[in-house]
Amino acid sequence: MATIAATAPRARRIRRALGRHPVGLLFVLPYAAFLVLVYAYPLGLAVYMSFYDYFFAAPGAVVERPFVGFDNYTTAFGDAIFLESLGNVVTFLVINVPLTVALSLVLATALNAKLPLRGFFRTAYYIPYVTASVAVIGVWLWLFSDTGLVNSALGPVAPAPPWLVNEFWAMPMIAFFATWKQLGFYVVLYLAALQNIPSDLYDAASVDGAGALKSFRHVTVPGVRPATTLVVILSTIVGANFFTEPYLLTGGGGPNNSSVSPVLHMYRRGIEQGDAGYAAAIGVLLAIGVIVISMVNRFILERD
Amino acid sequence: MALLAALAAGGLLFLFPFYYTIVGSLQLEPNADISGAFPSPGNFSLENYAAINEALNLGRTLLNSGIFTAGVIIATLALGLLAGYALAQLDFRGRGVIFNAMLLVLIVPFQLLMIPLYVMIVRYYGLADNYLGMILPFAVNPTAVFIFRQFFKQIPVDLFDAARIDGASEFQVLRRVAIPIATPAIITAIIVTFIGPWNEFLWPFLITKEQSLQPLAVALANYISNVAARAANPFGAILAGATVLAVPAVVLFVATQRWFVQAQLGSSVKG
Repeated sequence: MATIAATAPRARRIRRALGRHPVGLLFVLPYAAFLVLVYAYPLGLAVYMSFYDYFFAAPGAVVERPFVGFDNYTTAFGDAIFLESLGNVVTFLVINVPLTVALSLVLATALNAKLPLRGFFRTAYYIPYVTASVAVIGVWLWLFSDTGLVNSALGPVAPAPPWLVNEFWAMPMIAFFATWKQLGFYVVLYLAALQNIPSDLYDAASVDGAGALKSFRHVTVPGVRPATTLVVILSTIVGANFFTEPYLLTGGGGPNNSSVSPVLHMYRRGIEQGDAGYAAAIGVLLAIGVIVISMVNRFILERD
Repeated sequence: MALLAALAAGGLLFLFPFYYTIVGSLQLEPNADISGAFPSPGNFSLENYAAINEALNLGRTLLNSGIFTAGVIIATLALGLLAGYALAQLDFRGRGVIFNAMLLVLIVPFQLLMIPLYVMIVRYYGLADNYLGMILPFAVNPTAVFIFRQFFKQIPVDLFDAARIDGASEFQVLRRVAIPIATPAIITAIIVTFIGPWNEFLWPFLITKEQSLQPLAVALANYISNVAARAANPFGAILAGATVLAVPAVVLFVATQRWFVQAQLGSSVKG
Protein backbone atom coordinates (compact mmCIF):
# COMPACT_ATOMS: atom_id res chain seq x y z
CA MET A 1 0.00 0.00 0.00
CA ALA A 2 2.71 2.38 0.99
CA THR A 3 4.56 1.73 -2.25
CA ILE A 4 1.60 2.61 -4.42
CA ALA A 5 1.12 5.83 -2.55
CA ALA A 6 4.77 6.66 -3.06
CA THR A 7 4.89 5.89 -6.79
CA ALA A 8 2.10 8.22 -7.87
CA PRO A 9 3.79 11.46 -6.81
CA ARG A 10 7.11 10.10 -8.00
CA ALA A 11 5.69 9.52 -11.49
CA ARG A 12 4.43 13.05 -11.43
CA ARG A 13 7.82 14.29 -10.35
CA ILE A 14 9.55 12.37 -13.17
CA ARG A 15 7.03 13.76 -15.61
CA ARG A 16 7.73 17.27 -14.46
CA ALA A 17 11.50 16.77 -14.71
CA LEU A 18 11.70 14.79 -17.95
CA GLY A 19 8.48 15.57 -19.81
CA ARG A 20 5.42 13.46 -20.63
CA HIS A 21 7.38 10.85 -22.60
CA PRO A 22 10.75 10.37 -20.92
CA VAL A 23 11.29 7.43 -23.30
CA GLY A 24 11.79 10.04 -26.02
CA LEU A 25 15.18 10.75 -24.48
CA LEU A 26 16.10 7.12 -25.06
CA PHE A 27 14.94 7.40 -28.68
CA VAL A 28 17.10 10.43 -29.48
CA LEU A 29 20.06 9.17 -27.46
CA PRO A 30 21.81 7.29 -30.32
CA TYR A 31 21.47 10.28 -32.61
CA ALA A 32 22.56 12.69 -29.89
CA ALA A 33 25.59 10.46 -29.22
CA PHE A 34 26.38 10.58 -32.93
CA LEU A 35 26.19 14.39 -32.94
CA VAL A 36 28.57 14.56 -29.99
CA LEU A 37 31.01 12.01 -31.40
CA VAL A 38 31.13 13.30 -34.97
CA TYR A 39 30.48 17.04 -34.53
CA ALA A 40 30.84 18.42 -31.01
CA TYR A 41 33.89 16.47 -29.87
CA PRO A 42 35.89 16.98 -33.10
CA LEU A 43 35.01 20.67 -33.01
CA GLY A 44 36.50 20.91 -29.51
CA LEU A 45 39.45 18.76 -30.52
CA ALA A 46 40.16 21.06 -33.49
CA VAL A 47 40.33 24.09 -31.21
CA TYR A 48 42.46 22.19 -28.66
CA MET A 49 44.89 20.89 -31.30
CA SER A 50 45.28 24.34 -32.82
CA PHE A 51 46.96 25.53 -29.58
CA TYR A 52 49.47 22.68 -29.51
CA ASP A 53 52.41 21.58 -31.58
CA TYR A 54 50.36 18.53 -32.46
CA PHE A 55 52.11 16.33 -35.02
CA PHE A 56 51.72 12.72 -36.06
CA ALA A 57 54.33 10.34 -34.74
CA ALA A 58 54.73 6.64 -35.47
CA PRO A 59 51.77 4.73 -34.03
CA GLY A 60 52.41 3.81 -30.41
CA ALA A 61 55.27 6.25 -29.94
CA VAL A 62 54.90 8.59 -26.98
CA VAL A 63 55.72 12.11 -28.07
CA GLU A 64 55.56 15.47 -26.45
CA ARG A 65 53.13 17.91 -27.91
CA PRO A 66 53.85 21.19 -26.18
CA PHE A 67 51.34 23.98 -25.75
CA VAL A 68 52.27 26.77 -28.16
CA GLY A 69 49.54 29.35 -27.58
CA PHE A 70 48.66 31.29 -30.71
CA ASP A 71 51.82 30.22 -32.58
CA ASN A 72 49.92 28.16 -35.16
CA TYR A 73 47.67 31.13 -35.87
CA THR A 74 50.52 33.61 -36.26
CA THR A 75 52.30 31.10 -38.52
CA ALA A 76 49.17 30.91 -40.69
CA PHE A 77 49.11 34.66 -41.28
CA GLY A 78 52.74 34.55 -42.40
CA ASP A 79 52.22 31.48 -44.60
CA ALA A 80 52.36 32.64 -48.23
CA ILE A 81 50.52 29.57 -49.56
CA PHE A 82 47.72 29.92 -47.02
CA LEU A 83 47.31 33.59 -47.91
CA GLU A 84 47.34 32.70 -51.59
CA SER A 85 44.63 30.10 -50.98
CA LEU A 86 42.48 32.77 -49.32
CA GLY A 87 43.02 35.01 -52.34
CA ASN A 88 41.90 32.10 -54.53
CA VAL A 89 38.69 31.81 -52.51
CA VAL A 90 38.06 35.50 -53.18
CA THR A 91 38.62 34.94 -56.93
CA PHE A 92 36.25 31.99 -56.73
CA LEU A 93 33.51 33.98 -55.00
CA VAL A 94 33.88 36.99 -57.30
CA ILE A 95 33.20 34.74 -60.31
CA ASN A 96 30.89 32.13 -58.82
CA VAL A 97 28.42 34.24 -56.82
CA PRO A 98 27.28 36.76 -59.47
CA LEU A 99 27.23 34.05 -62.15
CA THR A 100 25.23 31.66 -59.97
CA VAL A 101 22.74 34.28 -58.79
CA ALA A 102 22.16 35.70 -62.28
CA LEU A 103 21.93 32.39 -64.16
CA SER A 104 19.85 30.54 -61.61
CA LEU A 105 17.38 33.39 -61.13
CA VAL A 106 16.90 33.83 -64.87
CA LEU A 107 16.58 30.08 -65.40
CA ALA A 108 14.15 29.70 -62.52
CA THR A 109 11.98 32.54 -63.87
CA ALA A 110 11.99 30.92 -67.31
CA LEU A 111 11.20 27.47 -65.92
CA ASN A 112 8.40 28.91 -63.79
CA ALA A 113 6.46 29.80 -66.95
CA LYS A 114 4.23 27.11 -68.43
CA LEU A 115 6.54 25.70 -71.05
CA PRO A 116 6.60 22.47 -72.99
CA LEU A 117 9.42 20.15 -71.86
CA ARG A 118 9.68 21.94 -68.52
CA GLY A 119 10.37 18.67 -66.70
CA PHE A 120 13.13 17.81 -69.13
CA PHE A 121 14.87 21.16 -68.59
CA ARG A 122 14.68 20.88 -64.82
CA THR A 123 16.27 17.45 -65.04
CA ALA A 124 18.94 18.61 -67.46
CA TYR A 125 20.05 21.44 -65.21
CA TYR A 126 19.94 19.29 -62.10
CA ILE A 127 21.94 16.27 -63.31
CA PRO A 128 25.43 17.74 -62.76
CA TYR A 129 24.47 18.34 -59.11
CA VAL A 130 23.75 14.67 -58.41
CA THR A 131 26.82 13.34 -60.21
CA ALA A 132 30.11 12.66 -58.40
CA SER A 133 32.70 15.42 -58.86
CA VAL A 134 35.31 12.77 -59.59
CA ALA A 135 33.23 11.48 -62.52
CA VAL A 136 32.61 14.85 -64.16
CA ILE A 137 36.15 16.07 -63.58
CA GLY A 138 37.29 13.28 -65.91
CA VAL A 139 35.47 14.77 -68.88
CA TRP A 140 36.45 18.35 -68.00
CA LEU A 141 40.10 17.26 -68.02
CA TRP A 142 39.60 15.88 -71.49
CA LEU A 143 37.55 18.80 -72.81
CA PHE A 144 40.07 21.40 -71.66
CA SER A 145 43.32 19.52 -72.26
CA ASP A 146 45.98 20.82 -74.63
CA THR A 147 44.54 18.98 -77.63
CA GLY A 148 41.00 18.76 -76.19
CA LEU A 149 37.72 19.57 -77.89
CA VAL A 150 37.59 23.16 -76.63
CA ASN A 151 41.04 23.98 -77.95
CA SER A 152 40.29 22.15 -81.21
CA ALA A 153 37.24 24.36 -81.63
CA LEU A 154 39.08 27.54 -80.67
CA GLY A 155 42.05 26.87 -82.89
CA PRO A 156 44.61 29.70 -82.78
CA VAL A 157 42.88 31.67 -80.00
CA ALA A 158 43.24 28.78 -77.50
CA PRO A 159 45.21 29.90 -74.45
CA ALA A 160 48.69 28.48 -73.95
CA PRO A 161 49.40 26.72 -71.66
CA PRO A 162 45.90 25.15 -71.79
CA TRP A 163 43.13 26.14 -69.39
CA LEU A 164 43.68 23.88 -66.41
CA VAL A 165 47.44 24.33 -66.25
CA ASN A 166 47.35 28.02 -67.06
CA GLU A 167 48.20 30.27 -64.13
CA PHE A 168 45.57 32.82 -65.11
CA TRP A 169 42.78 30.39 -66.04
CA ALA A 170 43.12 27.61 -63.46
CA MET A 171 41.17 29.32 -60.69
CA PRO A 172 38.40 30.74 -62.91
CA MET A 173 38.02 27.25 -64.42
CA ILE A 174 37.34 25.87 -60.95
CA ALA A 175 34.76 28.62 -60.41
CA PHE A 176 33.07 27.80 -63.76
CA PHE A 177 33.13 24.10 -62.92
CA ALA A 178 31.49 24.70 -59.54
CA THR A 179 28.90 27.04 -61.07
CA TRP A 180 27.95 24.43 -63.67
CA LYS A 181 27.82 21.63 -61.12
CA GLN A 182 25.76 23.46 -58.49
CA LEU A 183 23.48 25.57 -60.69
CA GLY A 184 20.59 23.07 -60.80
CA PHE A 185 20.32 23.10 -57.04
CA TYR A 186 20.09 26.88 -56.92
CA VAL A 187 17.55 26.94 -59.75
CA VAL A 188 15.30 24.69 -57.65
CA LEU A 189 15.84 26.95 -54.66
CA TYR A 190 14.75 30.01 -56.64
CA LEU A 191 11.82 28.11 -58.14
CA ALA A 192 10.54 27.52 -54.63
CA ALA A 193 11.09 31.17 -53.70
CA LEU A 194 9.13 32.28 -56.79
CA GLN A 195 6.08 30.35 -55.58
CA ASN A 196 6.00 32.62 -52.53
CA ILE A 197 5.57 35.83 -54.53
CA PRO A 198 1.85 36.69 -54.57
CA SER A 199 0.58 36.90 -58.15
CA ASP A 200 -1.34 40.14 -57.46
CA LEU A 201 2.04 41.88 -57.24
CA TYR A 202 2.61 40.99 -60.90
CA ASP A 203 -0.95 42.03 -61.74
CA ALA A 204 -0.43 45.38 -60.03
CA ALA A 205 2.84 45.87 -61.90
CA SER A 206 1.23 45.19 -65.26
CA VAL A 207 -1.67 47.54 -64.44
CA ASP A 208 0.97 50.18 -63.77
CA GLY A 209 2.32 49.49 -67.23
CA ALA A 210 5.43 47.52 -66.29
CA GLY A 211 6.80 45.19 -68.97
CA ALA A 212 8.30 41.77 -68.36
CA LEU A 213 11.74 43.23 -67.68
CA LYS A 214 10.47 45.89 -65.30
CA SER A 215 8.34 43.48 -63.30
CA PHE A 216 11.31 41.08 -63.11
CA ARG A 217 13.42 43.87 -61.64
CA HIS A 218 10.86 45.37 -59.31
CA VAL A 219 8.80 42.34 -58.27
CA THR A 220 10.83 39.17 -58.80
CA VAL A 221 14.27 40.28 -57.64
CA PRO A 222 13.12 41.81 -54.32
CA GLY A 223 10.64 38.94 -53.83
CA VAL A 224 13.32 36.24 -53.84
CA ARG A 225 15.75 38.14 -51.65
CA PRO A 226 15.79 35.57 -48.81
CA ALA A 227 16.71 32.89 -51.35
CA THR A 228 19.48 35.14 -52.66
CA THR A 229 20.90 35.44 -49.15
CA LEU A 230 20.88 31.66 -48.88
CA VAL A 231 22.59 31.27 -52.27
CA VAL A 232 25.35 33.70 -51.30
CA ILE A 233 25.91 31.98 -47.95
CA LEU A 234 25.95 28.49 -49.46
CA SER A 235 28.35 29.64 -52.20
CA THR A 236 30.65 31.04 -49.53
CA ILE A 237 30.61 27.73 -47.70
CA VAL A 238 31.34 25.82 -50.92
CA GLY A 239 34.06 28.30 -51.85
CA ALA A 240 35.81 27.98 -48.52
CA ASN A 241 35.67 24.19 -48.58
CA PHE A 242 36.47 22.83 -51.99
CA PHE A 243 39.12 20.18 -52.24
CA THR A 244 38.33 17.72 -55.04
CA GLU A 245 38.43 20.41 -57.74
CA PRO A 246 41.95 21.77 -57.11
CA TYR A 247 43.21 18.30 -56.20
CA LEU A 248 42.08 16.63 -59.42
CA LEU A 249 40.97 19.26 -61.95
CA THR A 250 44.03 21.49 -61.70
CA GLY A 251 46.51 18.81 -60.71
CA GLY A 252 46.96 19.66 -57.04
CA GLY A 253 46.25 23.38 -56.86
CA GLY A 254 48.61 24.15 -59.69
CA PRO A 255 50.19 25.67 -61.52
CA ASN A 256 52.40 27.35 -58.93
CA ASN A 257 49.65 27.22 -56.28
CA SER A 258 47.52 29.50 -58.43
CA SER A 259 44.47 27.33 -57.68
CA VAL A 260 45.39 25.98 -54.24
CA SER A 261 42.45 25.96 -51.82
CA PRO A 262 42.59 26.31 -48.02
CA VAL A 263 41.37 22.74 -47.55
CA LEU A 264 43.94 21.36 -50.00
CA HIS A 265 46.63 23.23 -48.07
CA MET A 266 45.20 21.87 -44.83
CA TYR A 267 45.38 18.33 -46.23
CA ARG A 268 48.99 18.76 -47.31
CA ARG A 269 50.24 20.33 -44.10
CA GLY A 270 48.14 18.25 -41.73
CA ILE A 271 47.99 14.82 -43.27
CA GLU A 272 50.81 14.59 -45.81
CA GLN A 273 53.33 16.45 -43.67
CA GLY A 274 51.89 15.44 -40.29
CA ASP A 275 51.60 18.95 -38.84
CA ALA A 276 48.06 18.40 -37.55
CA GLY A 277 48.04 21.25 -35.01
CA TYR A 278 48.77 23.78 -37.72
CA ALA A 279 46.16 22.26 -40.05
CA ALA A 280 43.59 22.40 -37.24
CA ALA A 281 44.34 26.11 -36.77
CA ILE A 282 43.66 26.69 -40.48
CA GLY A 283 40.37 24.83 -40.08
CA VAL A 284 39.33 27.02 -37.16
CA LEU A 285 40.26 30.20 -39.06
CA LEU A 286 38.24 29.02 -42.06
CA ALA A 287 35.20 28.26 -39.93
CA ILE A 288 35.36 31.68 -38.29
CA GLY A 289 35.78 33.31 -41.71
CA VAL A 290 32.76 31.50 -43.15
CA ILE A 291 30.58 32.43 -40.17
CA VAL A 292 31.63 36.10 -40.32
CA ILE A 293 31.09 36.33 -44.10
CA SER A 294 27.69 34.64 -43.75
CA MET A 295 26.62 37.07 -41.07
CA VAL A 296 27.82 40.08 -43.04
CA ASN A 297 26.00 38.82 -46.15
CA ARG A 298 22.86 38.32 -44.19
CA PHE A 299 23.11 41.79 -42.75
CA ILE A 300 23.73 43.44 -46.11
CA LEU A 301 21.18 41.47 -48.12
CA GLU A 302 18.42 41.59 -45.55
CA ARG A 303 18.66 45.16 -44.29
CA ASP A 304 15.48 47.17 -44.73
CA MET B 1 9.73 30.69 -78.59
CA ALA B 2 13.07 32.45 -78.26
CA LEU B 3 12.95 31.61 -74.59
CA LEU B 4 12.37 27.95 -75.35
CA ALA B 5 15.26 27.92 -77.79
CA ALA B 6 17.58 29.57 -75.26
CA LEU B 7 16.55 27.07 -72.59
CA ALA B 8 17.10 24.18 -74.96
CA ALA B 9 20.54 25.48 -75.94
CA GLY B 10 21.46 25.90 -72.27
CA GLY B 11 20.13 22.44 -71.42
CA LEU B 12 22.15 20.86 -74.21
CA LEU B 13 25.25 22.72 -73.06
CA PHE B 14 24.65 21.39 -69.56
CA LEU B 15 24.20 17.84 -70.71
CA PHE B 16 26.94 17.87 -73.31
CA PRO B 17 29.73 16.79 -70.89
CA PHE B 18 27.66 13.71 -70.00
CA TYR B 19 27.06 12.81 -73.61
CA TYR B 20 30.73 13.42 -74.37
CA THR B 21 31.78 11.19 -71.44
CA ILE B 22 29.87 8.27 -72.94
CA VAL B 23 31.08 8.95 -76.49
CA GLY B 24 34.68 9.25 -75.30
CA SER B 25 34.49 6.11 -73.20
CA LEU B 26 33.58 4.11 -76.31
CA GLN B 27 36.39 5.35 -78.57
CA LEU B 28 39.21 3.01 -79.38
CA GLU B 29 41.48 5.86 -80.43
CA PRO B 30 40.85 9.07 -78.46
CA ASN B 31 39.57 11.68 -80.88
CA ALA B 32 39.47 15.17 -79.42
CA ASP B 33 38.65 16.84 -82.73
CA ILE B 34 35.17 18.17 -83.43
CA SER B 35 34.46 14.98 -85.39
CA GLY B 36 35.17 13.02 -82.19
CA ALA B 37 32.07 14.53 -80.60
CA PHE B 38 29.96 12.31 -82.84
CA PRO B 39 29.81 8.55 -82.37
CA SER B 40 31.69 6.77 -85.13
CA PRO B 41 31.19 3.05 -85.68
CA GLY B 42 34.71 2.69 -87.09
CA ASN B 43 36.27 3.83 -83.82
CA PHE B 44 33.96 1.96 -81.46
CA SER B 45 35.22 -0.34 -78.74
CA LEU B 46 34.55 -1.53 -75.20
CA GLU B 47 38.31 -1.70 -74.66
CA ASN B 48 38.30 1.23 -72.21
CA TYR B 49 35.86 -0.52 -69.91
CA ALA B 50 38.08 -3.59 -69.90
CA ALA B 51 41.12 -1.38 -69.21
CA ILE B 52 39.56 0.45 -66.26
CA ASN B 53 38.20 -2.82 -64.90
CA GLU B 54 41.69 -4.29 -65.00
CA ALA B 55 43.21 -1.23 -63.30
CA LEU B 56 40.57 -0.72 -60.60
CA ASN B 57 38.73 -4.02 -60.28
CA LEU B 58 35.34 -2.42 -60.87
CA GLY B 59 33.46 -5.24 -59.17
CA ARG B 60 35.38 -4.78 -55.95
CA THR B 61 35.38 -0.97 -55.92
CA LEU B 62 31.66 -0.88 -56.77
CA LEU B 63 31.06 -3.30 -53.91
CA ASN B 64 33.02 -0.97 -51.60
CA SER B 65 30.93 2.01 -52.75
CA GLY B 66 27.84 -0.11 -52.17
CA ILE B 67 28.86 -1.14 -48.64
CA PHE B 68 29.77 2.44 -47.73
CA THR B 69 26.47 3.75 -49.11
CA ALA B 70 24.34 0.95 -47.65
CA GLY B 71 25.96 1.36 -44.22
CA VAL B 72 25.15 5.06 -44.21
CA ILE B 73 21.57 4.47 -45.37
CA ILE B 74 20.92 1.75 -42.76
CA ALA B 75 22.33 3.82 -39.89
CA THR B 76 20.43 6.88 -41.12
CA LEU B 77 17.13 4.97 -41.18
CA ALA B 78 17.66 3.28 -37.81
CA LEU B 79 18.84 6.28 -35.80
CA GLY B 80 16.98 8.83 -37.90
CA LEU B 81 13.52 7.26 -37.58
CA LEU B 82 13.94 6.93 -33.81
CA ALA B 83 15.09 10.53 -33.44
CA GLY B 84 12.69 11.99 -36.02
CA TYR B 85 9.67 10.32 -34.39
CA ALA B 86 10.71 11.37 -30.89
CA LEU B 87 11.42 14.96 -31.94
CA ALA B 88 8.04 15.26 -33.66
CA GLN B 89 5.66 13.32 -31.44
CA LEU B 90 7.12 12.85 -27.96
CA ASP B 91 7.35 15.41 -25.22
CA PHE B 92 10.54 15.14 -23.21
CA ARG B 93 13.12 17.39 -21.67
CA GLY B 94 15.96 18.39 -23.97
CA ARG B 95 13.94 18.08 -27.16
CA GLY B 96 14.49 21.71 -28.12
CA VAL B 97 18.22 21.51 -27.47
CA ILE B 98 18.61 18.41 -29.65
CA PHE B 99 16.54 19.92 -32.44
CA ASN B 100 18.59 23.10 -32.46
CA ALA B 101 21.84 21.14 -32.39
CA MET B 102 20.54 19.21 -35.37
CA LEU B 103 19.86 22.37 -37.37
CA LEU B 104 23.26 23.70 -36.43
CA VAL B 105 25.16 20.68 -37.77
CA LEU B 106 23.43 21.09 -41.14
CA ILE B 107 25.71 24.07 -41.72
CA VAL B 108 28.98 22.77 -40.22
CA PRO B 109 31.19 21.99 -43.19
CA PHE B 110 32.79 18.55 -43.07
CA GLN B 111 36.17 19.95 -44.07
CA LEU B 112 36.45 21.85 -40.80
CA LEU B 113 36.20 18.56 -38.95
CA MET B 114 38.52 16.72 -41.31
CA ILE B 115 41.71 16.93 -39.25
CA PRO B 116 40.22 16.08 -35.82
CA LEU B 117 38.09 13.29 -37.31
CA TYR B 118 41.18 11.89 -38.97
CA VAL B 119 42.99 11.99 -35.62
CA MET B 120 40.09 10.27 -33.87
CA ILE B 121 39.25 7.60 -36.40
CA VAL B 122 42.70 6.74 -37.68
CA ARG B 123 44.80 7.40 -34.56
CA TYR B 124 42.49 6.80 -31.59
CA TYR B 125 40.33 4.01 -32.95
CA GLY B 126 42.64 2.51 -35.58
CA LEU B 127 39.86 2.42 -38.18
CA ALA B 128 41.93 3.30 -41.28
CA ASP B 129 41.25 0.96 -44.21
CA ASN B 130 38.04 -0.14 -42.55
CA TYR B 131 34.40 0.16 -43.64
CA LEU B 132 33.35 1.26 -40.16
CA GLY B 133 35.82 4.15 -40.22
CA MET B 134 34.52 5.15 -43.64
CA ILE B 135 30.87 5.06 -42.56
CA LEU B 136 31.11 6.59 -39.07
CA PRO B 137 31.38 10.35 -39.87
CA PHE B 138 28.51 10.04 -42.39
CA ALA B 139 26.48 7.49 -40.42
CA VAL B 140 23.41 9.64 -39.93
CA ASN B 141 22.43 12.11 -42.63
CA PRO B 142 21.02 15.12 -40.70
CA THR B 143 18.85 16.02 -43.70
CA ALA B 144 17.09 12.66 -43.43
CA VAL B 145 16.42 13.13 -39.71
CA PHE B 146 14.93 16.49 -40.61
CA ILE B 147 12.72 14.85 -43.27
CA PHE B 148 11.45 12.29 -40.73
CA ARG B 149 10.74 14.92 -38.15
CA GLN B 150 8.78 17.03 -40.63
CA PHE B 151 6.85 13.97 -41.77
CA PHE B 152 5.81 12.80 -38.29
CA LYS B 153 5.01 16.38 -37.27
CA GLN B 154 2.07 16.50 -39.68
CA ILE B 155 0.53 13.19 -38.48
CA PRO B 156 -2.27 13.76 -35.92
CA VAL B 157 -1.40 12.61 -32.38
CA ASP B 158 -4.72 10.68 -32.13
CA LEU B 159 -3.38 8.04 -34.48
CA PHE B 160 -0.58 7.20 -32.04
CA ASP B 161 -2.74 7.71 -28.94
CA ALA B 162 -5.10 4.98 -30.12
CA ALA B 163 -2.25 2.47 -30.02
CA ARG B 164 -1.07 3.82 -26.67
CA ILE B 165 -4.51 3.30 -25.13
CA ASP B 166 -4.35 -0.31 -26.34
CA GLY B 167 -1.29 -0.64 -24.12
CA ALA B 168 1.42 -0.51 -26.78
CA SER B 169 4.85 0.66 -25.59
CA GLU B 170 6.33 3.69 -27.31
CA PHE B 171 8.69 1.45 -29.27
CA GLN B 172 5.76 -0.68 -30.47
CA VAL B 173 3.93 2.48 -31.51
CA LEU B 174 6.94 3.46 -33.58
CA ARG B 175 7.32 0.02 -35.14
CA ARG B 176 3.69 -0.87 -35.78
CA VAL B 177 2.09 2.53 -36.43
CA ALA B 178 4.64 5.20 -37.26
CA ILE B 179 7.06 3.36 -39.55
CA PRO B 180 4.42 1.68 -41.76
CA ILE B 181 2.84 5.04 -42.63
CA ALA B 182 6.23 6.69 -43.17
CA THR B 183 7.07 4.91 -46.44
CA PRO B 184 7.11 8.10 -48.56
CA ALA B 185 9.44 9.80 -46.08
CA ILE B 186 11.66 6.71 -45.95
CA ILE B 187 11.95 6.57 -49.74
CA THR B 188 12.77 10.27 -49.87
CA ALA B 189 15.39 9.86 -47.15
CA ILE B 190 17.04 6.95 -48.96
CA ILE B 191 17.23 8.88 -52.24
CA VAL B 192 18.61 12.02 -50.63
CA THR B 193 21.12 10.08 -48.55
CA PHE B 194 22.33 7.89 -51.42
CA ILE B 195 24.26 10.52 -53.38
CA GLY B 196 26.26 11.66 -50.32
CA PRO B 197 28.40 8.58 -49.69
CA TRP B 198 28.18 7.32 -53.29
CA ASN B 199 29.78 10.53 -54.58
CA GLU B 200 31.97 11.27 -51.55
CA PHE B 201 35.66 11.57 -52.30
CA LEU B 202 37.59 13.38 -49.57
CA TRP B 203 36.88 11.26 -46.49
CA PRO B 204 37.28 7.75 -47.91
CA PHE B 205 40.31 9.06 -49.80
CA LEU B 206 41.89 10.15 -46.50
CA ILE B 207 41.40 6.88 -44.68
CA THR B 208 41.80 4.16 -47.33
CA LYS B 209 45.24 3.43 -48.63
CA GLU B 210 44.49 -0.14 -49.71
CA GLN B 211 42.88 -0.19 -53.13
CA SER B 212 40.85 -3.29 -52.34
CA LEU B 213 38.91 -1.21 -49.79
CA GLN B 214 38.48 1.97 -51.81
CA PRO B 215 35.08 3.08 -53.12
CA LEU B 216 34.98 3.65 -56.87
CA ALA B 217 35.16 7.46 -56.55
CA VAL B 218 38.46 7.18 -54.64
CA ALA B 219 39.96 4.48 -56.85
CA LEU B 220 39.07 6.46 -59.99
CA ALA B 221 40.51 9.68 -58.54
CA ASN B 222 43.76 7.91 -57.71
CA TYR B 223 43.81 6.50 -61.22
CA ILE B 224 43.36 10.02 -62.64
CA SER B 225 46.17 11.47 -60.54
CA ASN B 226 48.71 8.62 -60.65
CA VAL B 227 48.24 5.93 -63.22
CA ALA B 228 46.63 7.67 -66.13
CA ALA B 229 49.88 9.02 -67.54
CA ARG B 230 51.12 5.49 -68.21
CA ALA B 231 47.96 4.07 -69.78
CA ALA B 232 47.46 3.59 -73.52
CA ASN B 233 44.24 5.62 -73.81
CA PRO B 234 44.08 7.37 -70.42
CA PHE B 235 41.09 9.57 -71.19
CA GLY B 236 39.11 6.67 -72.62
CA ALA B 237 39.68 4.61 -69.48
CA ILE B 238 38.95 7.56 -67.16
CA LEU B 239 35.70 8.28 -69.01
CA ALA B 240 34.70 4.61 -68.85
CA GLY B 241 35.26 4.67 -65.07
CA ALA B 242 33.39 7.98 -64.82
CA THR B 243 30.43 6.49 -66.67
CA VAL B 244 30.27 3.52 -64.29
CA LEU B 245 30.47 5.88 -61.29
CA ALA B 246 27.87 8.33 -62.60
CA VAL B 247 25.22 5.95 -63.95
CA PRO B 248 23.73 4.68 -60.63
CA ALA B 249 23.28 8.18 -59.18
CA VAL B 250 21.91 9.68 -62.41
CA VAL B 251 19.50 6.78 -63.00
CA LEU B 252 18.26 6.93 -59.42
CA PHE B 253 17.77 10.68 -59.72
CA VAL B 254 15.94 10.57 -63.04
CA ALA B 255 13.68 7.76 -61.80
CA THR B 256 12.77 9.51 -58.56
CA GLN B 257 13.28 13.20 -59.24
CA ARG B 258 9.87 14.28 -58.02
CA TRP B 259 10.73 13.12 -54.50
CA PHE B 260 14.30 14.19 -54.75
CA VAL B 261 13.85 17.81 -55.69
CA GLN B 262 11.11 18.36 -53.13
CA ALA B 263 13.19 16.89 -50.33
CA GLN B 264 16.24 18.96 -51.21
CA LEU B 265 14.05 22.00 -51.15
CA GLY B 266 12.27 21.15 -47.95
CA SER B 267 15.48 20.72 -46.06
CA SER B 268 17.31 23.72 -47.39
CA VAL B 269 14.60 26.36 -47.44
CA LYS B 270 12.80 25.49 -44.24
CA GLY B 271 16.03 24.55 -42.54
